[in-house]
Amino acid sequence: MDILQLIVSGLANGCVYGLIALGFVLIYKATEAVNFAQGDFMMLGAFITLGFTNADHMDLPFWLSVILAIGIMGILGYLLDMIVLRRMFGQSQVAVVILTIALGFVIRFIAGLIWGHEPQSLESPLSGLELRFGGLVLGMDEVWVIIVTVALTALLYVFFARTKLGIGMQASSQNQLAAYYMGIPVKRIHSMIWALSGVVAAIAGILFASKGSIDPTAGLLGIKAFAAAVIGGFGSLPGALLGGIIVGLVEPFAARYMPAGYSQIFPYLILVVMLVVRPHGILSQIQTKKV
Amino acid sequence: MSLLELKNVTLRFGGLVAVNDVSFSVEEGEVFALVGPNGAGKSTILNMISRLYTPAEGDILFEGKSILGAEPHDVPVLGIARTFQNIELFEQASVLQNLLVGRHTHCRSNFLTDMLFTPFVRAQERVHREAVEHVIDFLDLQPYRQKLIAGLPYGVRKVVEMGRALAVKPRLLLLDEPASGLSVEETQDVAFWIEDIKKVMGVTVLMVEHDMHLVSSVSDRVMALADGSMLSIGTPQEVQTDPAVIEAYLGSDDGTESGEAA
Repeated sequence: MDILQLIVSGLANGCVYGLIALGFVLIYKATEAVNFAQGDFMMLGAFITLGFTNADHMDLPFWLSVILAIGIMGILGYLLDMIVLRRMFGQSQVAVVILTIALGFVIRFIAGLIWGHEPQSLESPLSGLELRFGGLVLGMDEVWVIIVTVALTALLYVFFARTKLGIGMQASSQNQLAAYYMGIPVKRIHSMIWALSGVVAAIAGILFASKGSIDPTAGLLGIKAFAAAVIGGFGSLPGALLGGIIVGLVEPFAARYMPAGYSQIFPYLILVVMLVVRPHGILSQIQTKKV
Repeated sequence: MSLLELKNVTLRFGGLVAVNDVSFSVEEGEVFALVGPNGAGKSTILNMISRLYTPAEGDILFEGKSILGAEPHDVPVLGIARTFQNIELFEQASVLQNLLVGRHTHCRSNFLTDMLFTPFVRAQERVHREAVEHVIDFLDLQPYRQKLIAGLPYGVRKVVEMGRALAVKPRLLLLDEPASGLSVEETQDVAFWIEDIKKVMGVTVLMVEHDMHLVSSVSDRVMALADGSMLSIGTPQEVQTDPAVIEAYLGSDDGTESGEAA
């Protein structure tokens, strides 16, 4: 029973990592830029929801706040690409990396200014509820995280497999030049991808904040999610989720069966081993280019 | 009215004049070839028509209207499709999927109906699939339908790229060196296909090609360029016998410029 609880809480954590990693991979695949502010996007999405719904802030209904936060993060992602990142086109990747790291700092600082630096928890209708099966007690919030992640994954799958926009995104991430001459507006598609990863980050943030507390530095979780994305295979969407779940599962078990402190090291240990053994990650899609 | 018309087009890269005051028109239903030594500006002209570059001077008209305001992704909507000198395909997709992306501009469904996969979307998918199957039959791509591009030989990729451009159902097809890197037999196939694209599909072709044998067997008219300027325009025969063209290719024969590289 103990193990089952560890698995569920590990899965729930892993889903959040996986969703942040998904944001990394979405942007990387399409634009070849790594958005190191992805974790801060997650934090911002959580704080926007919290700001709308918590009783000591605006006290709006929970679901309305969720929709508003998701919408705002989507628009923010879109505008960020349109106004800032599109101008970086043709610059070196390092410039984009530095830019997104700086962006992360800015978001963290602004969030601290608006909502304070103290940890707060999101007042969701799910917090505190429990699922009991005999002797097994599962937090409803954790089960909910898993359900939402599965649903979102299914939705994204349909989106990428079926819709014109999703296929346009796949096409422009595989070959921009060819995509242009099939009539796909590549620049707009890039902005749409930033919007999509903003949306995914907001959902990850809401899930994260609903099962614990959040403060402006929570975005640093993004580094763990980055490790997860590399483990899963940078450039593979299912790989990002898989990597997230692996990292999430390893943590509670390491915390339970290893000396204190080791659980925080484990994700990076796996990362190092993975880079040595299988540098392209578990589900890699990176092909070596033939000349 | 010509299908495509270039009027006094000039393009400079920094101090280099890549295309210098070039004018020509492509009539509906003809195969028009651009020839010339490397660096003559042939591909640059295709890239201007497909809106990758914008000329510094002059105008490009398609069906009588200037297309200089169009973005690259508007080009297929206008009815112009193209292939590339260094094959640009979706490597991680199958031949069928690549061709289906060519149908993008003909998609009439929207986001919601796509997500729900409504009967309308299904009917549309069938129409697109049929159009693509037509192209597959035309280019004999049946054995490769479900194969990933990443595993295909060069010659087949070249044909797939042409097929994808045809799936766009263009009025004007731009081919950038359709025969480069192909064997003699494959080049013959390309010649047959270009003939059929013109006669059966009624698509006008503007191509850049080095293989003079292919050019003279399929082209109605040819324009020769050197160093960004027009040398000669006319039937393949006329252009090949034009003294200016011979000089550009072989150097002058009176020996006065023997010091210059051809």
